[in-house]
Amino acid sequence: MSSTLLRTVPALRGALRASGTPKAAGALASTSFVRGKATLPDLPYDYGALEPYISGKIMELHHAKHHQTYVNGLNSALQTIAEAESKGDFTKAATVAPLLNFHGGGHLNHSLFWENLAPASREGGGEPDGALKKAIDTDFGSFDSFRRQMNTALAGIQGSGWAWLVKDKSAGTLGLVTRANQDPVSGPYVPLMGIDAWEHAYYLQYENRKAEYFEAIWNVINWKTVASRFEKA
Amino acid sequence: MVNFSNLLQYLALQSPLGSDSTNTTVNLAKMGLTAYTLPALPYAYDALEPHISAQIMELHHAKHHQAYVTNLNKALESHVAAVAHGDVATQIALQQAIKFNGGGHINHSLFWKNLAPAGSAEASLDRARSLVSEIEKTWGGFDQFKTAFSAALLGIQGSGWGWLVREAGNGAGLRIVTTKDQDPVVGADVPIFGVDMWEHAYYIQYLNGKAAYVENIWNIINWKTAEERFTGQSEEKTEL
Repeated sequence: MSSTLLRTVPALRGALRASGTPKAAGALASTSFVRGKATLPDLPYDYGALEPYISGKIMELHHAKHHQTYVNGLNSALQTIAEAESKGDFTKAATVAPLLNFHGGGHLNHSLFWENLAPASREGGGEPDGALKKAIDTDFGSFDSFRRQMNTALAGIQGSGWAWLVKDKSAGTLGLVTRANQDPVSGPYVPLMGIDAWEHAYYLQYENRKAEYFEAIWNVINWKTVASRFEKA
Repeated sequence: MVNFSNLLQYLALQSPLGSDSTNTTVNLAKMGLTAYTLPALPYAYDALEPHISAQIMELHHAKHHQAYVTNLNKALESHVAAVAHGDVATQIALQQAIKFNGGGHINHSLFWKNLAPAGSAEASLDRARSLVSEIEKTWGGFDQFKTAFSAALLGIQGSGWGWLVREAGNGAGLRIVTTKDQDPVVGADVPIFGVDMWEHAYYIQYLNGKAAYVENIWNIINWKTAEERFTGQSEEKTEL
């Protein structure tokens, strides 16, 4: 897992910085190594652009504070590991693994999340079409059934975490997975679309009524980005 | 304990089981079980201000804690029915819901009682002479303990709790533990006091500034309750 993160996180950051548009999602599959520190990617829309479904205040805190903290934590973990490596202190390097997983996962998850959202007045909402729609119909029965299953998975998360629509590369099918805290999607799964179920993602607007947030967020899912990830997966 | 003769009698008379919370309570009662209920707070919702806002306390108690109680009762109702039907697969499937919601009920019940209004007699360290003495012995000083406990709280990745516990073994020493999600401290270890690090415990007031929440929580620890739990004088264990 760690080696995957080390490889993909800088590439992800590079890709997001290079274009700063939803099109950058296509570059996520790249594994080319870009040296340097992780940086906070720009949002491809304004903080207020997802209203009324996600408030501008939530988006600003979520991006400028929470995501920034994961970026800082990731850089700090990578630096500690590099220093430990240079001293041959592998015990020290190993103790940082949970921080690398948490902050690296947090950076990766949020970078994917921002790009698979879009204002309802632009690409956000609606239903997927083409090959993605066909795959969803085949693997979940219908789009409505997929939506229900995803919302059930989100509601069932006990604590902080994420739910993802994934492509299972080994089986060739779509699937739904949940991850605790900031654990990233890895292994045979390629993340296509993620929904953040941490309380900080909705609490200021929806308080304890998280089911309302899980209903509302479908109005701002960017199916163009999801379809593009699906084609490249 | 489950009263099996009542339970079987009940199941023979009535099925299927209702699912709303009123029916759940009634159904559990018919099985000879008492449904868990939301305990009243020992202070007003605004009593912990300015350290925890009334809005947070009301949502936290009336909505979040209530949801754990409701879902615990539902899970237990399904569980006793599964026991009566000899359905072990369903019993196993319910374990996680019982742990999560039962843990949520236990944790919050302990939490409310180990908080007290700032400046009240209970919030004074003087009320925990023997506990503080043991803390100083263990960590080399109260400030060192505070630093270690705060660091443990801020190190939690995701939702969870930080607890000061009196260990069952190891000469009944004190220890700081963190638990994820709603995992409770159960078994022979005794929770002395806990701090809720779920975002719903502070977010409306502190936003992403959880370090400030952790700093302020020290003003509202109920040291009288903590001392009673430490010395074994607390009645809570039987209440829960």
